[in-house]
This record gives sequence, structure tokens and C-alpha cells, in this order.
Amino acid sequence: MLGLVALPMVMRNPYYLGIMVFMGIYSLISIGLSLLMGYAGQISLGHAAFFAIGAYTSGILTTKAHLSPLPAFLAAIVLTACIAFLIGIPTLRLKGHYLAMATLGFGQIVYVALNASVDFTGGPSGFGEIPRIALGNFVVESQLSRYCLVWALVIIVLLFSLNLIHSRVGRALRSIHSSELAANAMGVNTSKYKIQVFVLSAIYASIAGSLYAHFVTFISPGSFDLEFSILLVTMVVVGGMANVWGALLGTVLLTLLPEFLRGFKDYDILIYGSTLLLIMIFMPEGLFGLVKKLRTVHGKT
Amino acid sequence: MGNSYAIESQEMSTSIILQLILSGVTIGSIYAMVALGFNIIYNSTSIINFAQGEFVMLGGMFMVSLVGPLNLPMWVAFPIAVLAVTLIGMAFERLCIHPLKMPSVLSLIIITIAGSILLKGGAMFAWGKETFSLPHFSTEKPILLLEATILPQTVWILGIIGMVVLLLALFFRFTIVGKAMRACAANRPAASLVGINVKRIVLLSFALSAAIGAIAGIIITPISLMDYERGAILGLKGFGAAVLGGLGNPMGAVVAGFLIGIVESLCAGLISSHYKDAVGLVVLLMVLFIKPSGLFGSAQVSKLKKF
Repeated sequence: MLGLVALPMVMRNPYYLGIMVFMGIYSLISIGLSLLMGYAGQISLGHAAFFAIGAYTSGILTTKAHLSPLPAFLAAIVLTACIAFLIGIPTLRLKGHYLAMATLGFGQIVYVALNASVDFTGGPSGFGEIPRIALGNFVVESQLSRYCLVWALVIIVLLFSLNLIHSRVGRALRSIHSSELAANAMGVNTSKYKIQVFVLSAIYASIAGSLYAHFVTFISPGSFDLEFSILLVTMVVVGGMANVWGALLGTVLLTLLPEFLRGFKDYDILIYGSTLLLIMIFMPEGLFGLVKKLRTVHGKT
Repeated sequence: MGNSYAIESQEMSTSIILQLILSGVTIGSIYAMVALGFNIIYNSTSIINFAQGEFVMLGGMFMVSLVGPLNLPMWVAFPIAVLAVTLIGMAFERLCIHPLKMPSVLSLIIITIAGSILLKGGAMFAWGKETFSLPHFSTEKPILLLEATILPQTVWILGIIGMVVLLLALFFRFTIVGKAMRACAANRPAASLVGINVKRIVLLSFALSAAIGAIAGIIITPISLMDYERGAILGLKGFGAAVLGGLGNPMGAVVAGFLIGIVESLCAGLISSHYKDAVGLVVLLMVLFIKPSGLFGSAQVSKLKKF
């Protein structure tokens, strides 16, 4: 945490700060996804859709309805929560690969709709001139101010999530992960908890989407495709599903890796694929599993 | 005058619908093939192989190279391309799936996704980013069928797929290896107890579904062209068909593949081609919401499966 605060003081290069900003945006989503996948044991291959709904609601309300960013931001959260709730009720009854397919299908439907409703969303070419976030006279425009805003939100979301995990809700979620049947038998209302955590993770994604829209000021469907949904799940699994910190670790790695591989030109796709493969083969519990193993080994000596 | 015009347009529309259904059947048969590949691997391993679409792409690409630059006749190139992709499928299993001990379903999903990234990247290096075409298997002159026309290539596609489905059914029913694969699908520990080498069955199922994917890629390329990125969307549609039909049910997969193809084609022709890729998924979601284990899947069986 301290490192986070200290980082911009040593690193003034706006390019690197820009990468850190995106890392923060992705972290917001992956923390929510880790609650859903790691704790409640439900997969979602459609979270790019909630990211998109947040971004497009913020973008459209501020450019076309001339709302200021904050009410648009809240409207985006409410809208995303409602959609997640309505989608969640029938979807979360599904299991395993059927759930994966249904969430994937939902994500694709939103993606197609963004492309097709040209009047509303600008279609495949998107739309721009989304205003920046302003707090009084201070406009969040420099990379440094973006960095501070996004990571402040990450910390709030993280603290809230950690708090949730260690509460009654968190224990209920973990019981669903181990065995939904047993949890039900013990009197845990599993479907209620599953939908709640699904909606919460959608809200996190919506927050990230709103920030994205105001930071980049231009959005098009390309940023919200299936590949992005898969990348998010990959971040959580590579980092280690059993823990929110694992999701953060995965996000850090998979945001930095493509930047690092940029020097390899076309070879990046091969190196990226093999890195992913090797991590999964040799660290089935993800990076965080390895960290934990090292720590216990270290503790013994 | 007005009256005869109305009759004419009505005739037009029935022929248009027939035409749309025919093209839906063509593309749907490819989805069915991809879904069959998903099912074969799922049955023996409970894995959804996200690289299945890449096998289709590779089949088309190998055929393009063998027929184009190497100038081989089609009937020679066909088995060579299928064999090449089969070997790649087997290598994929040996390198990515075999080394794992007790993998979780999610890490298997990520591994097959990583595998598909590698296959796609490899194809980009081997063939570049261009789009390739193949000559039709026979003449390109359309055949008149009732009020619609049908390409001879479509007849080839349907014929070859019919044969593949038939051969697969015979293989699973009557050969000892096919029976062993079905035993693995039903109960893996029990199959292992009666002396079936489960590891070898897993390898075989990857080989078989790679081969089926390759055949699908080869026969579709003359009509729909092929490039290194095409695998993902075909894989997605095939996964949709496999789920719609009920995972683990090959006949369900075939029916669902045709269904999705026809619905898409009708939507593209009658409503809007923008929504073509969404409408199949909407149908899929509706079915899943009503029947959570797919059209022909058994609720009891899916309850017993962990994933």
C-alpha cells in the first residue's frame, strides 16, 4: 500500500503512470470477479459487458444529456446493478460450462448491440468528446491525478471487499464454493448470495467503465469484446483464485506483460500464450499459490 | 397490375426464405461439426477445449497451402491436411493437458485458451495475416432446387458431414476403441478399473476432434474463405451449439448446430445482418433459462458432473 503512494513520487514518467492507471481500472474489475469466482465459485465470461454498460452510460449521459460526470456515474451504477440483477436471476441457476456459455452469450449480445445501435452508441466507430471528471475547478486530466483517483477507488473497493469476505456474507459465499448443496442444507440462501455478489462485481466493473470513459474520452465497442472478458478471467485465475490479492497480482502481471512484450513485435502473441501456459501448468494455484508456498517454506527454515 | 405484383412478391419471399434456410443449413452444418468436436473431448475429459475453433482454421490453412503453392490435387491434399491437424491436436494434448496432475476445471479452461492463442500466433507466422480462398471441390455453377439455388460445394459439405456423423456413430457403437471411449464418458474411474487406458483415450479424443475440426475447415474454406483469426468465432458458435444441444450429447449438438445456423441466416436476411451474431445467442439463453441443461441434455447427468 505504501509503495502505491510512494510510486508516483519516484516515477514521474507519464507513460508509466498511464500504464498504472489502466492497471487500477482493471484491478477494480478483477477484484469483483475474484469475489464471484474465487469465493462464490461462479464463473463469468461476460464482465466486459458490465464494463461497457458503465462506460457507455457515463459517456452518453455526459455528452448527449449534458449531465455532469458524478450523477452520470451514479446512474451508470444503478443501471448496471439493475441489469446484473435481471440477468443474474435466470443465469446463476445454471452451472459450470452452461453458466460460462450463458455469461459469454450475454457479453456477446451487449457487444453486438453496441455495434448495431448506431444512432445511440455511434456503432463500431464509437463516439468521443466525453468530458473529463472535474472536482470543483480541478480537472482530472494529468496522469498523476488520474493515478490518484483510480487507486484511491481501488483501495476503497479492496477494503470493502476484504471486509465483506471476513463477514457472515463471506463465509456464506465460501460455503457455496465448497458445496452449494451442503450450504443450502445448512440454511444458507445460496441463490440470494450468488446474485448479490454477481451484482456487486458488476457494480465494480461499472465504476471501472465510467472511469475509463472519462479518462480516455473516446469509447468504441472494440474495448469491450469477448477477448477482454477472457482477459479478466485470466487475470483472476493466473493470479490465484483463492484470494483477492491473487486477483491483484494477476492484474499487475497481465497488464505489464504486453507492455514488456511490445519490443518483441509480432512475437508477443507467442510469448504471451506460452507464459500463460507455463504458469498454469507449473502453478495450478496461480501466482499467489506460489507466493504462499514460498512463504511456508521460508517460515519453516 | 397491382394484384399480380403482390403475387409475384409473395413468390419471391418464399423463395428468399428457402434460400436463407439453405444457407443456414450450410453454415449450421459447420457449427454442428465444431460442436461434435467439443463433445468428443468433453465426454472423455470434462474439458471444454477452447482451441477447437483453431483446429478448424488450421484445417483450412493447411489445405490452402497444399492445394495452392504445392499444387497437389484436392483428393491428395485433403487427407494430408487432416493428418497434419490431427498430429497438432495430439501434440497439443501431450504438451498442454497431459503434464497436469489433478487440474481444476478453470485452470483447464485457461490452458486451452492459452493453447488457442499459441495456435493462432503460430498460424499468423506460418501464413501471415491475409485471407485465403480455395477452389470449389467441383463446378461453381449453382444447381436449381425448387425455387432456390444451391452451390455444388454445399452439396459436398452436407454429404461429407453426413458421412462423418455416420462414421462416428458406427465407430462409437461397434468398435472396441469407440466403446472404450463411451465407457470413459459414462464413468472414468470405472472404465479405468476394467482396464481401459484412460490417458490414451484422452489423447485419442483430442486426435479425433482435431481431425473433425480440420475436415470442417477444409470444406468450408471454398465458400467462406479463411484467415488466421477465423477460429475464435467458429469455436464460439460451436460451443454455443454444443451447450444448446446439451453437453455430451452428439446428436443434440448436430441438431443445435443446424438450428443456430438457420436462425442466424433467417435473421440476417429478414431482419438485420447487424444482429445476426446475437440472435443465435438470444435463442440459446432463452433455452437455457427454461431448460438449464440444454435441449437434449439430461438434468440428472448434469447434476452429477462437477462442471
